[in-house]
Amino acid sequence: MSTFPFIKIQQEDFDLSTEIKALREGHKDIGAVVSFIGTVRDINEGDDISVLELEHYPGMTEKALEAIRLQAHERWPLQSSLIIHRIGEMMPCDQIVLVAVSSRHREAAFEAAHFIMDYLKTNAPFWKKETFPDGETRWVDARVSDKEAEARWHQTVDNEQTA
Amino acid sequence: MLEILYFANFREVLGQSQESLPSDNFKTVDCVLNALADRGEQWRVALADNTNLQIAVNHDVADRSTQLKPGDEIAFFPPVTGG
Repeated sequence: MSTFPFIKIQQEDFDLSTEIKALREGHKDIGAVVSFIGTVRDINEGDDISVLELEHYPGMTEKALEAIRLQAHERWPLQSSLIIHRIGEMMPCDQIVLVAVSSRHREAAFEAAHFIMDYLKTNAPFWKKETFPDGETRWVDARVSDKEAEARWHQTVDNEQTA
Repeated sequence: MLEILYFANFREVLGQSQESLPSDNFKTVDCVLNALADRGEQWRVALADNTNLQIAVNHDVADRSTQLKPGDEIAFFPPVTGG
């Protein structure tokens, strides 16, 4: 499994059809493709948001995303997977993140996409900064619910091991 | 030398994104944090006393007890919020 074409950190937008086509390229054994796209909301915690800025840690971010992707491949029978995360300034409705996975069967594809997204939220060094219509800014705080979502997968492993 | 990086609101609160410190004085991340805390209230609150502080050494998740060697890159940042 080659590495970096499947992790992309970029300022520019992405096109789902183009990316899925590349993901499926050369695989005749794929029966399921699941993709998730995260988009910028114009409201967060009751406040209007006009701009969202994404910062990352070059070098560590790529390494963290690749580790998450490889964990998904170890856990489910996946044919291929892709993570694209945008950085820089974005506006409401813009696409921020794409996670796409392919597998022979849908169950593995659904679960792996969910797993990658939950781990990305808590383990990949990205930070969001919101700008309000009046120009004031606020760094987004990590949410307890994101940590809980990630912890559910630890629970699943425990259950599998004791089943 | 050690390379120290600050991200997100730490970069803004501390007014810098990067600096170098002599590696001789610092055996662990905790030693670095104690030295930074001596710079004043702002540094102590943001880093040493911050229970949410996240640490990486050479791009791997680390903690206060992580051992350091010359040339290491140490990053301090708040909990992540991507996706």
